[in-house]
Amino acid sequence: MDLTWTEEEEDFRARLKAWLGLALPKLPAKPDPMDWPGRRAYDTTWQRMLYDAGYAGLHWPVDAGGQGATPTQHLIFLEETERAGAPYVGANFVGLLHAGPTIAAEGTAAQRARWLPPVLRGDEVWCQGFSEPDAGSDLASLRTRAVRDGDHYVVSGSKIWTSHAEVADWCELLVRTDPAAPKHRGISWLAMPMDAPGVTVRPLRTLAGSTEFAEMFLDEVRVPVANRVGDENDGWRVTMVTLSFERGTAFVGEVVACRRTLGELAAAARANGRWDDQELRRRLGRLNAEFTALWRLTQWNVSEAQRTGGVPGTGGSVFKLRYSHARQELYDAAAAVLGPESLDLSHDWTLDRLSSLSYTIAAGTSQIQQNIVAERILGLPKGR
Amino acid sequence: MDFRPTDDQRALQAGLRDLLEGRFGRERLRAAVDGPDRGPGLDRALWRELGAAGFFALRLPEEDGGVGLGLPEAVLVFEEAGRALLPGPLVATHLAAGTVAGAATGETVVTMVDGGLVEWLDAADRVLGDAAGAVPVRSVDPLTPLHRVPGVARTAPHPEAVLLTAAEQLGSAVRTTDAAVQYAREREQFGRPIGAFQAVKQLCAQMLVRAELARSAVYAAAVTADPVEIAGAKLLADDAAVRNARDCLQVHGGMGFTWEADVHLHLKRAWVRAERWQTAGAAAEVLAGAL
Repeated sequence: MDLTWTEEEEDFRARLKAWLGLALPKLPAKPDPMDWPGRRAYDTTWQRMLYDAGYAGLHWPVDAGGQGATPTQHLIFLEETERAGAPYVGANFVGLLHAGPTIAAEGTAAQRARWLPPVLRGDEVWCQGFSEPDAGSDLASLRTRAVRDGDHYVVSGSKIWTSHAEVADWCELLVRTDPAAPKHRGISWLAMPMDAPGVTVRPLRTLAGSTEFAEMFLDEVRVPVANRVGDENDGWRVTMVTLSFERGTAFVGEVVACRRTLGELAAAARANGRWDDQELRRRLGRLNAEFTALWRLTQWNVSEAQRTGGVPGTGGSVFKLRYSHARQELYDAAAAVLGPESLDLSHDWTLDRLSSLSYTIAAGTSQIQQNIVAERILGLPKGR
Repeated sequence: MDFRPTDDQRALQAGLRDLLEGRFGRERLRAAVDGPDRGPGLDRALWRELGAAGFFALRLPEEDGGVGLGLPEAVLVFEEAGRALLPGPLVATHLAAGTVAGAATGETVVTMVDGGLVEWLDAADRVLGDAAGAVPVRSVDPLTPLHRVPGVARTAPHPEAVLLTAAEQLGSAVRTTDAAVQYAREREQFGRPIGAFQAVKQLCAQMLVRAELARSAVYAAAVTADPVEIAGAKLLADDAAVRNARDCLQVHGGMGFTWEADVHLHLKRAWVRAERWQTAGAAAEVLAGAL
């Protein structure tokens, strides 16, 4: 049980902090949260700065263009960038955290050379075409069809809840390549260019007013067979790789951000007199325990990943279940601190409170995560 | 940084688990609750065996006859004590090992007054703190005799006592999770194991999540020995032990409400531990004060 850092890790941290001190003032002004093209430009600018400084794809393998950093160094990176108030991955989320790692793990040499460098440089943005109107949490019942025509697939169907579709260049797309096979078997994973003829994106407005996700209609879209990652009809297994990345590492930086927000909440409560309310004060104290423990759980999961190497394990589901609820409680507490001000949409915490509602739904609902924990970790029988 | 226990630490923990399974397994636990000499008797022979195994002297320096280990190792063995529902003033005797003669070897049983309560007063050889005027309580936990000490104000908690108690809560939370999962796999209703039903699965999953979060908090607090992290560990471990026992009882259905099932023993001990050393409210104040 060791929570100390090696000299090498401390050096890494010091160099990173020094660089952040120089780099962050050079960032352009933060765009309006509703302005997705503006956010894409801002997020990819940051990604390019990371790339130029040698911090892009820090934890990706070297042969995938990454820096081959250890999980511990990645943890330090997330901790320090968040502490310094650097932008989070934002529009680069799918490319850096799902599609990229999936291609790095499952793609051919040619596929890696084509798609990974632009993700790392911030030149290309990806979106996720997994969910469908009739296949949300029951992902494997997806119906978007891909029919082979020479060296192309002809894809027809529709996708929904496609994050960042409006501003994406590529889509990690799940399609059914064998309708006759059992539902988990006939699926393939394709990289689809978003400017291909037949792709229509209709932004969906979230309850927070933003258009961060969209519906996507696919009408006989031709996707080269060469864009398939993994074998034909083996897409489900490839998808499980993608999802384990999503659940394993996607929220790490946010825990640090939540701890910082909690400190700001306490300062605000002290300033406006609500700190004297014992119930509210203790509620913030309990959240302190919660987020500190979630950070420690992250270190536990990273230690596990470091020892086993490679793909993160089921520990991500345990983390995601608790974190998604804690985040909602955090912003509910923020509303209690703000009082009537919490009804003002111009307050960051109000928007964060609204967007926190997606956390128990996106990337597998809490109910699905509980089934995963029950069946895969606790070994309870499958059922309804 | 490798947060997981080392091989030596795992071996130490496994060793105590084996000792407790052999000396205080289910039959002994039930005999202590149901047997002819049930009641607040302390098994002195077992106490001395724990002493011989280094349970009390674990953190004493080797030159003083101790094992020379630290809080992380202590937390791992107290987790096992909690898992086995081992009765006795374990925390007080462990803390007294360096100062009270015979505590380290398990010859002397030491208890401590805390927050107006003292456990195992009649069985103990030494009482730390002022137990004058102590009146017996009809303790909710059949394996923890309690006295109330009137007029004693709650003092600042002993951080190590808080942490070791949290470790026992963690062990109990893990044990009730195991028990619920085992029952859910075996018990059939409507022609299938009840663990195949989502409602039951979700209870079990939440139990595991609570236990694993408490584990991260308890282990980290043992490494840092930071009083704020210790308060967080106690808060989360109390919650995990109490709520997991309740959910375990729920999974067991009517059976869970009987004296015959062990789960009520875990719940009652968890309630006792939650009142000891640092309550949830006090811990929350410490955690808020650190923001």
